[in-house]
Amino acid sequence: MFDDLRDLYQEVIFDHNRNPRNFHIMENADRKVEGFNPLCGDRLTLFLKMEGDKIIDASFQGSGCAISTASVSLMTEIVKGKTEAEADALFHQFHEMTTGKEEMIDLEAIGKLAVLAGVREYPARVKCATLAWHTLDAALKNEQASISTE
Amino acid sequence: MTTFPVEKIRADFPILQEKIRNKPLVYLDNAASCQKPQQVIDSIVHCYSHEYANVHRGVHTLSVKATDRYEGAREKVKDFINAKSTKEIIFVRGATEAINLVAQTFGKANIKAGDEILITAMEHHSNIVPWQMLCKETGAVLKVAPIDLQGELIFTEFEKLISDKTKLVSVVHMSNALGTINPVEKIIAAAKAKNIPVLLDGAQAIPHMSVDVQALDCDFYVFSGHKLYAPSGIGVLYGKQALLEAMPPYQGGGDMIRKVTFTETEYNTLPYKFEAGTPNIADVIGMGAAIDYLNEIGMDKIAAYEAELLAYATEQARQIKGLRIIGDNNHKGAILSFVLDKIHPHDIGTMLDSLGIAIRAGHHCAMPVMDFFEVPATARASFAMYNTKEEIDVLMAGIEDLIKIFG
Repeated sequence: MFDDLRDLYQEVIFDHNRNPRNFHIMENADRKVEGFNPLCGDRLTLFLKMEGDKIIDASFQGSGCAISTASVSLMTEIVKGKTEAEADALFHQFHEMTTGKEEMIDLEAIGKLAVLAGVREYPARVKCATLAWHTLDAALKNEQASISTE
Repeated sequence: MTTFPVEKIRADFPILQEKIRNKPLVYLDNAASCQKPQQVIDSIVHCYSHEYANVHRGVHTLSVKATDRYEGAREKVKDFINAKSTKEIIFVRGATEAINLVAQTFGKANIKAGDEILITAMEHHSNIVPWQMLCKETGAVLKVAPIDLQGELIFTEFEKLISDKTKLVSVVHMSNALGTINPVEKIIAAAKAKNIPVLLDGAQAIPHMSVDVQALDCDFYVFSGHKLYAPSGIGVLYGKQALLEAMPPYQGGGDMIRKVTFTETEYNTLPYKFEAGTPNIADVIGMGAAIDYLNEIGMDKIAAYEAELLAYATEQARQIKGLRIIGDNNHKGAILSFVLDKIHPHDIGTMLDSLGIAIRAGHHCAMPVMDFFEVPATARASFAMYNTKEEIDVLMAGIEDLIKIFG
């Protein structure tokens, strides 16, 4: 049953979809950006707490498919404690993993995010995985407006 | 159900033999676009292989043949929707272009600041945006008649919104997002009582039921070929002759003129006034072949068969715990729009695709409908005359399995 989909829907993804991490509004956030994918209606708000150029806390609210929920949940976990430059490097790694060339990926840096590599075989779903990261990118550039992946 | 020749019909559609991810294709995305029978494919191949040249121009044999076939298709469309005259059948790219044509010609000529255009809350974006654009240009106001939680038009509210300011009523015949069939007879009667012209968006209705524009007494009826088992990129604007005569042309160019000098142009007669440039000749001929094919089966028989399919699918869907039908009413064409508890429609779409089942997951170009039901999107299984109960069983089993896997 759904054997072909094991690469896309890994158990970690189901886990994060059922129990998303850092899923709450952050009242004292320094950065707050809304991400929206009009194609599927996925909508999320990303909150960041900064200390200098370091992300010390991250959380999100919103609704989306399993891929986008797991992606943003995993992202909020991994960027905590990272500097803006490190988070930006991770964004480019993630982008490469989901759309680019396999040999360009630094597996060590990508870590747990590798569970989302399966989307590269499903072009219609790539944007589900990258919405969180485009929203983070906008937050790091301190763009307060909403961003859209379409 | 046994009398409907579904196996014979299926054999006419080569794509239904395709395997998707090593599984037999179960094509349930017909509301987005229908597949094409061999007869339609052959008609296009025949056109380009034996009878192709430009139309309305040449004195040579091929041009005469191509013109005959092209105008023959117009005659078939006229008969199919029972228009009075072929002058009332304008070939366009699709329902969307037909609505834009009416907005930019009839609309600009007749609708002014403060006037109102009345639509419903279940419209496709193609019957919202052209009117918004017109309203922006003219200062007219777009009014929207509400729907209820079953996805049906609240007719009393619709009636209340008709006023002396209303200059056009433009409503969908059958909703693509919900499947709801609007009470168009009542809508037209209410508008006619105040002499207001009515446009029906028939993009979704046309493959599912017989349509008689004279019996309906609508002023405009628009539809796309690709949802009628015909090629994509071709569609029809039907308009009452007197209205079309009075409307200014849409685009300027060849074929739509009678006489051109640098100071003045005399426009061609109907329907050519609205068909500037070389038309989509082969695909119009393909639409004629699609209509022949449907006539042979009979639209009433198709409607009866599809009603059985929908009833069967609805009954099965209601057994599934956690499934909610969006647009659950008794006036529907063969569309089952639904959501599942805690499972996003896009996940449903990808999961079912891995089983060879093609459905649509998204907002169906009807974002206001999604907002009304407070869902980001729905999953939509839409049926055609070539679908079977067995395919519905495959769909329902797939849904049950994916609910299990999501836990």
